[in-house]
Order: sequence, then C-alpha cells, then structure tokens
Amino acid sequence: MNCLIPLLVAAPLAGAALLLLGGRALDRFGHWLATALAALSFGFGLALFSDMLGRSAEHRAVTEHLFSWVPVNAFQADISFRLDQLSMTFVLLITGVGTLIHLYSVGYMAHDERRRRFFAYLNLFLAAMLLLVLADNYLLLYFGWEGVGLASYLLIGFWQHKPSAATAAKKAFIVNRVGDMGLSIAIMLMFAEFGSFAFDPVFGGVQQASEGKLTAIGLMLLLAACGKSAQVPLQSWLGDAMEGPTPVSALIHAATMVTAGVYLITRSSAIFDLAPDARTAVVVVGAVTLLFGAVVGCAKDDIKKALAGSTMSQIGYMVLAAGLGPIGYAFAIMHLVTHGFFKAGLFLGAGSVMHGMNDEVNMRHYGGLRRYMPVTFVTFGLGYLAIIGFPGLSGFFSKDRIIEAAFAKGGTEGWILGLCTLVGAAVTAFYMTRVMLLTFFGEKRWQADDKGDLPHPHESPKTMTIPMILLAVGSVFAGALFDVNDSFLKWLEPVTGHSEGNSPLTAWTVTGLATACMLAGVGLAYLMYGRSPVPVVPPVGSPLTRAARRDLLQDDFNHAVLVRPGSALAATLVYFDSRGLDGFVNGLAAVIGGLSSRLRRVQTGFVRSYALSMFGGTLVLVASTLLMRSM
Amino acid sequence: MNPVNYLYLSALLFTIGAAGVLIRRNAIVLFMCVELMLNASNLALVTFSRLHGTLDGQIIAFFTMVVAAAEVVVGLAIIVSIFRTRHSASVDDSNLMKL
Repeated sequence: MNCLIPLLVAAPLAGAALLLLGGRALDRFGHWLATALAALSFGFGLALFSDMLGRSAEHRAVTEHLFSWVPVNAFQADISFRLDQLSMTFVLLITGVGTLIHLYSVGYMAHDERRRRFFAYLNLFLAAMLLLVLADNYLLLYFGWEGVGLASYLLIGFWQHKPSAATAAKKAFIVNRVGDMGLSIAIMLMFAEFGSFAFDPVFGGVQQASEGKLTAIGLMLLLAACGKSAQVPLQSWLGDAMEGPTPVSALIHAATMVTAGVYLITRSSAIFDLAPDARTAVVVVGAVTLLFGAVVGCAKDDIKKALAGSTMSQIGYMVLAAGLGPIGYAFAIMHLVTHGFFKAGLFLGAGSVMHGMNDEVNMRHYGGLRRYMPVTFVTFGLGYLAIIGFPGLSGFFSKDRIIEAAFAKGGTEGWILGLCTLVGAAVTAFYMTRVMLLTFFGEKRWQADDKGDLPHPHESPKTMTIPMILLAVGSVFAGALFDVNDSFLKWLEPVTGHSEGNSPLTAWTVTGLATACMLAGVGLAYLMYGRSPVPVVPPVGSPLTRAARRDLLQDDFNHAVLVRPGSALAATLVYFDSRGLDGFVNGLAAVIGGLSSRLRRVQTGFVRSYALSMFGGTLVLVASTLLMRSM
Repeated sequence: MNPVNYLYLSALLFTIGAAGVLIRRNAIVLFMCVELMLNASNLALVTFSRLHGTLDGQIIAFFTMVVAAAEVVVGLAIIVSIFRTRHSASVDDSNLMKL
C-alpha cells in the first residue's frame, strides 16, 4: 500500500509535464486530463487514508524511502516520504479541495486560450504542495516549498499581458524569497547542530541541543512561515496576488501555499516546544496578523481583496494557535481544514459572481444579486456563516477551540491573546457581513462596462456550481464532524501531542463570548450597510479607513524602510564603482592608449625610414660591441 | 700591396651602398646599392681570409653570394610586380602598410 505514496505526488506532476510538453494536441481535453489526475491523486489519498484507519494509532505513521538523492558522506539527502496523521490531513485537503478547484476552473477558464497551460500550472502547484507535506526531511520539504513558490509565481502572473499581474507575481516571488532564505538558514543550522536534516534525527536530538540554537532555528522557521503564509511582516504579497485568476486565489488561500507555514510550524513542534522564545514570537506574529488582516478586510471594496484580508486574518488564528504549543497544534490544523473548505467556497463564489458581472470586482458595483445567482448566493452564504463562526457550522467549532486555547495559555498573556482572538472574531463577522450585504443584498448598483453594456448576472455553469455546493457541504459539516468526541484531536495527537491548558474561563463562557462578539460584528455591519443605501463612490472615511484601504500602509512602510535605503545604498555603490574602480581602470587604459598612439607615428610605412632605423640599430650594436671589448 | 687597403675599399663601397639605400627612391637603384653593400662585405671577408691565412672568410663569401642571388630573384620579382600594378618604381609610393 505504501507504494501509493510517491504516486500521490507523481500523478499531478505527470499531468503538469504532459500538459506542458504535449503541445496543442492536448488543448481539447488537457483540462479534463489535469482534473482526472488531481482526482486520481485524491483517490490514492483516500485509499491510503482507509488503510491508515485500519491500523492502531501508534502504527499509522509510515515512511517510504524512494532513493538516495545526495549521498555524500555525512550529508545524506533522501527522497523519502513520511505519511502520518498530519500529512494525511494535508494530503486529503490539498487533493480534495484541489480537485474541486480544477473542476471549477474547467468552467471558469473555458474562454481562455491558454487554458491548457493554466491546468498544467495548477497540477504543478498540487504536486509541489504534496511534496512539501509528504517530505521526510527538511531538504525535500524545501524542494516542495520552492516548487510552491514557483507555481504561485506562474499562476499569479498567469495573465501576464496585464502589467499589474506581472508585477504582483514578481512581488509574491520576491517577498517569498525572504522567507525561503529563513528556511534555508534553518536547515543549515539544523545540519550544523544535529548533523542531519531528516525529521527523526532532528526531533530526536532536540533534547541535547542548547535552547539558544533551538530558538535561532525556530525564529528562522517562523520567518519562512511568515513568507509563505503571508504573516506580518511578509504579508504584502497576498493582496496583490489577487491579480491571478480567481481559482488560483482559491487554491492559494485554501488548499496550498498559505497553509504551508502553519504546516511547517506544526511539523517542527519538537523544536518549538523547547524554544519558548521562538514560540512567543510565533504567537505575537499570529496575533498581529490576525488583527491586521481583519482591519484590511474591512476597508477593501474589491471582493477578492476583502477575502484576501480575511485569509490573512484566519491564517493568523492558525499561527497563533500553533504558537501556543501542544494546547493549540491540533486546533490550528483543524481550523486550517475547515478554513480550507469555507475559504475555497467563498473564493469560488466570488469568482462566480465576477463571472456573471463582466469581471467586475468592486463590491460597490454589485448589489441585489441573490435573486440572479441563487446557487452562488446559498453556497457563498453558507461559507459566510461558517467563517463568522455561526453556531453549528464548521468555523464555529474550530475558531472557538482556538479562542479557548488562547485563554488557556494562562496569565496575562492568555487574557491578551484571548481578547485579540475575540476582537478578531467580531471584526471577521463585520467584514464578512459587509461583503455579503454589498454583494447579494440592497439595491442594484450595477455599472456599465467599457463598451457601455450593463452586466447580465446569470448563474454559472454546472462545472462551477458543483464544486461550490460540495465545498459548502464541507463548510457546514466538517467542524461538527471533527468536534464530535474530539475525533480530530485524537487523530492528530500521536503527531503533535496534546495537553489541556488551564483556562480561567469555562468552555461555555468562551463560546458565549465568541458568539456575542460575532453577533455584535454582524449587527454593526447591518447598521452600516444593510439599513441605508450604499454609495457607489466610496466615502472619504476616517484616517484608519484610508490607511486600511492602502493595506495599512504596508507598501509605503516597505518602500520607506527597505526599498529607499536599499536603492540609496545601491546608488552609492554604483557611484563608487563607476567613479572609483571604473575611473582607475579607464584612466590606466587611456594613458596606455595615448602612449600607443604616440608610438604609432614611428610606423611611417616608408621603406627607407625602416632601413634607417635598421642602420641605426646596427650602429648601436656595433658601437656597443666595440665599447664592451675596449673595457 | 698592403691588404689593409682592401679593407678601406670595402668600407668605402659599403658606405656608398648604405648611403644609396637611405637616399635614393628608385627601387632598382636601391637594389643595386644593396648589392654593393653585400659585395663590400664579401670583399672584406676575402681580405680577412687572406690576412689570417684561413679559408673561413672565403667560404662565408660563397654563402653571401648564394643568398644575394636568391635575394635578387625574389626582390626583382617583387619590384617588377609592384611596377606593373602601380606604374612606379619609387619605394615611397609603396606605403600602404602604415597605420
């Protein structure tokens, strides 16, 4: 059965290779081939899952060694896979949600002439992400990590004819490079400390390592996670990444890419458990991002950017939970899975709305769409209820557990973190209600497009609505399924461990508080956007709103703190290079050139002048010979 | 007769030849001056041979004659072909090699 593990990665990888190399011959059915291969990978995942369930909890983790990749003395890099409960969860999420997004893209990209290439990249994305979560050592994980970066670059910039898309792709790639650097440094530190970067030797050796080293490794891993998961301070690429086609956004935000950071932290739990300072940093990053993303999400009028802010905030919840240590790991992953369902559903819904509205993204130009797109409305609505944590839906269970865990951290920190998560829950409810009201309720604010045509909203084709329906089903029931008897917790416990914190509040109090916050957010949004007509032109707003519209000045900050000093430094270096070094070299060349052109005049081309110089030379020779003899 | 006088003659002939090479423009005259210089050195070599009572100088003179003969063949051919193309035997006209 274990032989299926490499095939999980191989199926989408083969799809990518076939579609990229196959040429136009595959144009007609390439998208179905890619979807079938993604589904095949999901099938393998299900088979392995049922096989895994058949074993007892201690024997569920398996490793499959494929071959030695770089065997050099002490440096042993293997292509080997580890399938345990954690990677199994990711495999099912990635392939399952990935397959649905493939199916959706068949409809969404139907009119794009480069559709085959798009599906090749989607398959590549899945393959890279699967490699990332299945790797048995950090180097192979890094390989998948870079593959994810490459695929995201290709997909965000898929509409490369738009300069904004090309720039966004470059931005995502470069910001991610900063994080990747953290991961590569972490791997080097591990190799220096443990003599290996495979999971078992590293996790087995942490007891002997000094806390300082572990903290350094942890912080570098956190930097890596910040890059991929769009956490403060490396969050700036996520909003611009909305330039990609909507299915890509769904894939990046739900199944792949941004979840990689949470996976990395959870996978490295053994390191973080012994490095409390690094864990504190993780928690701070998570809490800051949680509020940052939520505030940004409130101000955006672009439906996809509002959802992007929301993703940032939800990933912030997961990172925070992962930073809490054994009391939070399982809930981080649980929220990740439920988020995978409802965020994919929300993005696909947003894509469906755009599909019907001539690719309009400004929510102020929507309104009243619920009558025209009933399926989209219902599925988006269920995703909405799930994300705000409406009691009984999946987001309710997973988010509630994270809030509990934050309080359970104990002490002042526990209170601060708990309040952050509660405020986050309220703000989440506010901005999601805003999205919902602006898009599906109120009066029509439709605007004519460039050609002067008013949009004719219509329900999307079956290939698009079926994935949305399935994801909506997941958004509704996944949480309850995981929460019954703590089944998800027990499932992950052998990998991540679990300990109960001592919360100052009872579970029911936390639930009540969270629900109250949620209702407050919804109510405020209804007062602001549901009762009075929404202006088509956005009002000026408070300074905070204006800052939030500019992503809380993240780009201005990066520009002032990094870009400008960087270019000033580069300009200084260029000055020294061109004036100093180049000046010296050019001066030397000029002196030699000048001398040479003087000397050149000796060559007159007249035979007799050469004869004269020969005579002169002979005379000198003879004279010197005579002189020597006489001495 | 004192053989040293032959050396004076040789030096005189050589100087005339050298001056001719440097002063004259006509390639043929120049050529003849070169021959004059070669023969002046031949004379000197033969004289030395006589003075020292060895044959070395005479043998080297033979070599010089062979070289001179070969030089005449190649040199005349070049002069003739330059004259045909440029209608001039002046060496100053053939100055295309300068930069």
